[in-house]
Amino acid sequence: MPVLIFIDSAEGHVKKASLEALTYGADLATQLGTHAEGIVLGNMTEDISALGKYGVKKIHQVADASLDQFDSQTYCAIIAEAVKATGSDLLVLSNNVHGKAIAPRLSARLKAGLVAGAVAMADTSNGFIVKKSVFSGKAFAQVSIQTAIKIIAINPNSYKTVANEGTAELVPFAVTIPASKIKLLQVNKASGEVPLTEAEIVVSAGRGMKGPENWGMVEELAKTLHAATACSRPVADAHWRPHNEHVGQTGIAIAPNLYIAIGISGAIQHLAGVNRSKVIVVINKDAEAPFFKAADYGIVGDAFEVVPKLTEAIKKMKAS
Amino acid sequence: MKILVCVSKTPDTTAKIAFTDNNTKFDNNGVQWIINPYDEWYALVRAIELKEADPSSVIHLVTVGTADADPIIRKALALGGDEAIRVNADSQDSYYVAAQIAQVARDGGYDLLLAGKETIDFNGASIGGMLAELLDLPYVALAARLDLAGNKATIVREIEGGEETVEAELPLVISCQKGMAEQRIPNMRGIMAARTKPLKVVEPVAADTLTSIAAFGLPPAKAGVKLVSPDNVEELVRLLHEEAKSI
Ligand SMILES: Cc1cc2nc3c(=O)[nH]c(=O)nc-3n(C[C@H](O)[C@H](O)[C@H](O)COP(=O)(O)OP(=O)(O)OC[C@H]3O[C@@H](n4cnc5c(N)ncnc54)[C@H](O)[C@@H]3O)c2cc1C
Repeated sequence: MPVLIFIDSAEGHVKKASLEALTYGADLATQLGTHAEGIVLGNMTEDISALGKYGVKKIHQVADASLDQFDSQTYCAIIAEAVKATGSDLLVLSNNVHGKAIAPRLSARLKAGLVAGAVAMADTSNGFIVKKSVFSGKAFAQVSIQTAIKIIAINPNSYKTVANEGTAELVPFAVTIPASKIKLLQVNKASGEVPLTEAEIVVSAGRGMKGPENWGMVEELAKTLHAATACSRPVADAHWRPHNEHVGQTGIAIAPNLYIAIGISGAIQHLAGVNRSKVIVVINKDAEAPFFKAADYGIVGDAFEVVPKLTEAIKKMKAS
Repeated sequence: MKILVCVSKTPDTTAKIAFTDNNTKFDNNGVQWIINPYDEWYALVRAIELKEADPSSVIHLVTVGTADADPIIRKALALGGDEAIRVNADSQDSYYVAAQIAQVARDGGYDLLLAGKETIDFNGASIGGMLAELLDLPYVALAARLDLAGNKATIVREIEGGEETVEAELPLVISCQKGMAEQRIPNMRGIMAARTKPLKVVEPVAADTLTSIAAFGLPPAKAGVKLVSPDNVEELVRLLHEEAKSI
């Protein structure tokens, strides 16, 4: 019975989070002595068979234009059919925006135990136990799945992608596509910018920046690092920055490789959304700011002086 | 219009996270409980705004929990809402909880079902989606805006690096997040009124439990911060490049 991986895409492109899901699913298949297959919905502009390098042997595709628009109800119905058709008893997907909408539906439909927000490979030595993040990153839980079919939704940026050699066989998956009850009216995407949840590096700033007019240096640093920008809650509440940049316990939770916090005090609610970052750098003029306790590297200093200097130093390093 | 808002009780955002019973139980000792912020600030307040715009609407709150959730439900009723239903059960399994709410939803016949995008304790983000599937309804997750015109809902939802606007007909399940509404504080009149609003307690229906928590744990503590002088940012760049290998 293969491990089935849902390959999420947007505008014909596979999302980075799905490459993590593919690697995870393939590793899990190896651990269980089986193989991994993928399923992709909608028309794709990139060469899907190349995803074989992440360890999938076969990819089922429903290349129907109606699936270019995401609807959790139709996606769930089709993926559930694919689970049945492949005889798979393990479904892996990313716990990204689409994953959060379809994984619970699939869990209810297939009566399959779901671990949403997995952060490590499943322990299959005795039962089936998956580590997941709880209390907004302040703790983790070992969740035991008791059902025959199991679903794992892994948090973005928590499993390292590994690419080897290989191509996957592409097979059309014949299925009745239910009519969607959701109509897409408009997409608003900041083009050229790195999506926050997918970013390897995030540059974030807080009330210490004094006002929205001072964000130029934050954006400049982010651009230099190919980073996404984020902010603390009061900054979003004051409409200095768009609300989709708000990270923390009541905003978006992220786990980039590098998180640079500028003029943010490091309140417990803020830390809850960013404490899974691999490396944290704090720039704050107050040496007593609580954020330094959660940081790996820090500069006690005025952001208005430090940030432009840091940007220059990084540019120099990149040029050398 | 009939609106059902799912609310749950969570530890306060500043609560100390610790575990007892050989790391199998959350340590309740000294913990303050609050309404899950996503349920309160976004789902409930948006429901209240919709009722303000159309006073013929009815808002019901539902929670799955034991009697110690009652103070939280009263607090939610103080913000608004006409009555609350508590399903008298205690479970950490999302499917079990969703199955209970689905039964309440079938009995009540709601047009709009709102949940927070996730709880801040288990971060499952699962109740809305499971509920939608159990009721065979459309589901829009991670909504940052909701407008109604008659039977039609226009919703702005999060996507990677932006947002999209979708349209759907009621009945509908939506999970709510920032942008939906602004936080409110209950006033004295609301608090008084909440005391006499109905809080119905119903017994759970039979439902499966699909998962269980074997153990909890805390992440390892950080080694400590390495401070670099503000006059030597080159050193920070070097450390990030050579030591942390993150740039
Ligand atoms: C239920 C609840 C949920 C919450 N959820 C969130 C959440 O999800 N995310 C979140 O971020 N917050 C959240 N908060 C708010 C949180 O408690 C803090 O109030 C908030 O994070 C503070 O934002 P800040 O660090 O930008 O501002 P402040 O606390 O005002 O800190 C500003 C910092 O900037 C520094 N500074 C000032 N000037 C300079 C300068 N020139 N150079 C360098 N540093 C400077 C100061 O020393 C200070 O440390 C929540 C609160 C509650 C009660």
